[in-house]
Amino acid sequence: MIGFENVRKEYPGGTLAVEDFTLEIASHEAVALVGTSGSGKTTLMRMINRMVDPTSGRVTIDGEDVAGMNPVALRRSIGYVMQASGLLPHRTVLDNITTVPVLRGTSKTAARERARELMHIVGLDPALATRYPAQLSGGQQQRVGVARGLAADPNILLMDEPFGAVDPIVRDELQGELQRLQRELRKTIVFVTHDIDEAFRIGDRVVILRPGGRIAQVGTPQEILAAPADDFVASFVGADRGARTLHIERIEGRDVIVDADGRAAGVLSAAPARGGADEDRADGTSASTAGQEPPR
Amino acid sequence: MNENPFTGALAWLADPMRWSGPAGIPARTVEHLGYTALGVLVAALIAVPIGLYVGHTGRFKGLAVGAAGVARALPTLGLVTLFALLVGIGLTAPLLSFVILAIPSLLAGAYSAVESADPATVDAARAQGMTEMQILTRVAIPLGMPLLVGGVRGATVQVVATAMLAAYVGAGGLGRYIFQGLGSQDYPEMIAGSLLVIALALVLDLALLLLQRVTAPRGTAVP
Amino acid sequence: MSWVLDNLDVIAGYTGAHLLQALPPIALAFVLSLPLAKLANSRGWLRTGVTTTSGLMYAIPSLPLFVLLPGLIGTGVRSPLNIIIALTLYALALMVPTASDGFRSVSRDVLGSATAQGFAPAARFWEVELPLAGPVLLGGVRVVAVSTISLVTVGGVLGVPSLGMLFVDGVRRGIVAEIGAGIVATAALALLTDALLVLLGRALMPWHHRRREERP
Repeated sequence: MIGFENVRKEYPGGTLAVEDFTLEIASHEAVALVGTSGSGKTTLMRMINRMVDPTSGRVTIDGEDVAGMNPVALRRSIGYVMQASGLLPHRTVLDNITTVPVLRGTSKTAARERARELMHIVGLDPALATRYPAQLSGGQQQRVGVARGLAADPNILLMDEPFGAVDPIVRDELQGELQRLQRELRKTIVFVTHDIDEAFRIGDRVVILRPGGRIAQVGTPQEILAAPADDFVASFVGADRGARTLHIERIEGRDVIVDADGRAAGVLSAAPARGGADEDRADGTSASTAGQEPPR
Repeated sequence: MNENPFTGALAWLADPMRWSGPAGIPARTVEHLGYTALGVLVAALIAVPIGLYVGHTGRFKGLAVGAAGVARALPTLGLVTLFALLVGIGLTAPLLSFVILAIPSLLAGAYSAVESADPATVDAARAQGMTEMQILTRVAIPLGMPLLVGGVRGATVQVVATAMLAAYVGAGGLGRYIFQGLGSQDYPEMIAGSLLVIALALVLDLALLLLQRVTAPRGTAVP
Repeated sequence: MSWVLDNLDVIAGYTGAHLLQALPPIALAFVLSLPLAKLANSRGWLRTGVTTTSGLMYAIPSLPLFVLLPGLIGTGVRSPLNIIIALTLYALALMVPTASDGFRSVSRDVLGSATAQGFAPAARFWEVELPLAGPVLLGGVRVVAVSTISLVTVGGVLGVPSLGMLFVDGVRRGIVAEIGAGIVATAALALLTDALLVLLGRALMPWHHRRREERP
C-alpha cells in the first residue's frame, strides 16, 4: 500500500509542482496518473522511490514514511521503468536486466538465470541477450526496461510514460502485454501517462490531474466515463466532443456502433453480455480510438 | 645555409655518434618521455579527481571552466622561464610548468567525460538504486572514457611541447638539439632536433588516439 | 614593478608586434575554415581525413614548425612570416573541424524549410546556415584566439620580436619582473581578445541565450 498525505513540492526558484496531494493506492492495484505536462504526475511518482523528496507532507509504503528509509535501498526494492527505457548503453541486454539483483548481492549466475526467465516473460527472443541497447528496436528496448524493472521481484513497479516513445502499433502491443503481466504478477503499479486511453487501459483506477498536482477526479475508468466530475474531466476524456458518446445504428441487419460524428466505431457482437469487466473496458476505449486522436 | 639544410639534417641524424652516450638521441628521447610521463601523471593526480567531482555534481563548474580558461591563456615559454629564475636549475622548475599546463586538458577531459553521460541514463541508474559512487564508476566513467583519454592526449601534447622549451633553460630532452643548433647557428642540427620532437609527439599522439579507440565502451555505436 | 614602469614603451612595442603576428592567423583561419568545412562535410571520407589530419597537426609542437618553415619556403629563421604561417596552420587545424561540426549541428529541418520558403542556395547559407552555426563557430574562434596569442611568444626564442622577447631577455638578464610582465601581458591580451569575441557574438547573435535547464 502506498500513501500520499498532503504532499507538496516546491522547487528552488518557486516552481510549485505539487500543491497538496492526498491519495491511497492499495496493494496489487494498478493506478494511472494522467495529466498534461506540468500536472506534477512524474514528480508525484518519483516521490515514492525518493527520486524527489516532498517539501512537506508524507509518502508512506505500508504505513512507513519513506523519508526515514535509505534512498538507495528503497530504490533497489522498487521497480522503475522509464520513457526511452534508460538502459545503460554500454551493457548488454542481460547485464542491464541483472543490474539491480547484482547490486543487491545476488550471484551473477543466479541473476542471469532469472534474467533469461524474465526475457521470456516479457516476450523477448533469448538471442537478444548479448545485444547492446542500441541494437534493439524501440519496442524491444521497452521490453528490456520492463524486465529490468521486474528483475528484483519488487512489490511496487513505477512506470513513467514507458511506452511514450514507441509507435502506436507497438505501444498497443506493449499495453496488452502489460495487462497480461499484471493479471499474472499482481504488482502494485503506479503508471504515469498523458494518454487518457492508455490510462483507461492500464489503470484499475485512474487519477486525472490538473496543473499543480490537483486531483480533478479519481475513479475506475467506468466511473469516470459514466460521470465526469466536471468540464475539465469531460474535456480530458473526450466526452465533450462526443468521442465517448456512442449509439447503435442498424445497418444491413447488424448493430453498428457509431460515434457522435457519425463515424463507425465497431459492430456489436451477437452476445453482448458475455465478457467481464476487462473486456467491457477494452471495448469502450478501443471504440473511442477508432476515428479519433487520443486527447493530448 | 648554402646547401639544402634538410640534407644536412639527415646527415646529422645518420651520424652514429648521435645515437649513443648521455647526450645521444636515445638518452634524450628517454629524458623527454620521462618528463612527459611525470608531468602528466602529477597533473592527473590533481586534475582528474577534481574534474570527476565537478562533472558529477555540477558544483564549482564555473570556477573550473574559468580556471582552465585562464591556464590556457598562460604562455608556456613564460612559465618555463619564470620557474627557471625562481626555482633554479633542476627538475622542479620544469615540472611545475608541465603540471600547470597539463591541468586544463585533464580537468576538461575529466569533467566533460562525466558530464557527457546522458542525464536520462544517469537518472535511470539512480532510480534503480545505484549509489552516487556506483553511478560514477559503473556508468559515467566507462561511458566517458574516450573523453577522459582525450584529456590525457591533450595534456601529453602540451607537456611534450613544454618539455622541449624547458631545454631552453637547461633541462634535457630532445629540445636540447634545437637550442644547441640555435646557439651555434647550426641550422641542420635545429632541423634534426625539430624532426625528432615532431616524431616523438606524433608517435605519442597516435598511441593515445589508439587508446581512445580501444577504451570506447562497446555498444555505444551501432555497428 | 619599477622595471615595468621604466619599460612601458618596450612592452607596448612588443605588444604591437605580437598582435601583428597573432591577428592574421585568427582571421585567416576563420575565413578559410568556412569553405573548407563545407567542402569536408560534402564527403564523408574527406571529413574523416580532415579530422584526423587536424588532430595530428595539433600534436606537433610549435617551435619545430617555426624551425622547419624557413627551410621549406625560403624565409629567414627570424621572419615573423614563419610564425604567421605556422600559427595559421594550427588555427586551421582547430577551426576546420569545429566549423564542420557547427554546420552539421544546424537542423536539417530548418534548412529544408528555408529551401521550401524559397531561399536561394547562397542566401540560405548566409542568412540561415551561417548564423545558426554561429555559436559553435564563435566557440572555435575563441579557443583559436587564446591559443594563438599564447603561441606567438614561442617565436621569442628564435629572436622574432613579440611579448615572448620579455621571457628571453628576462631569463638572460635574470629579471623576474620582466618575465612576470610578459606573462601578464600575454594572458591579458588573450583574455581581452576572448572577451571582445564574446561581446561581438552577443551583438551578432542576440537570439543565442543559454536556455535554462528544465526541471521535471
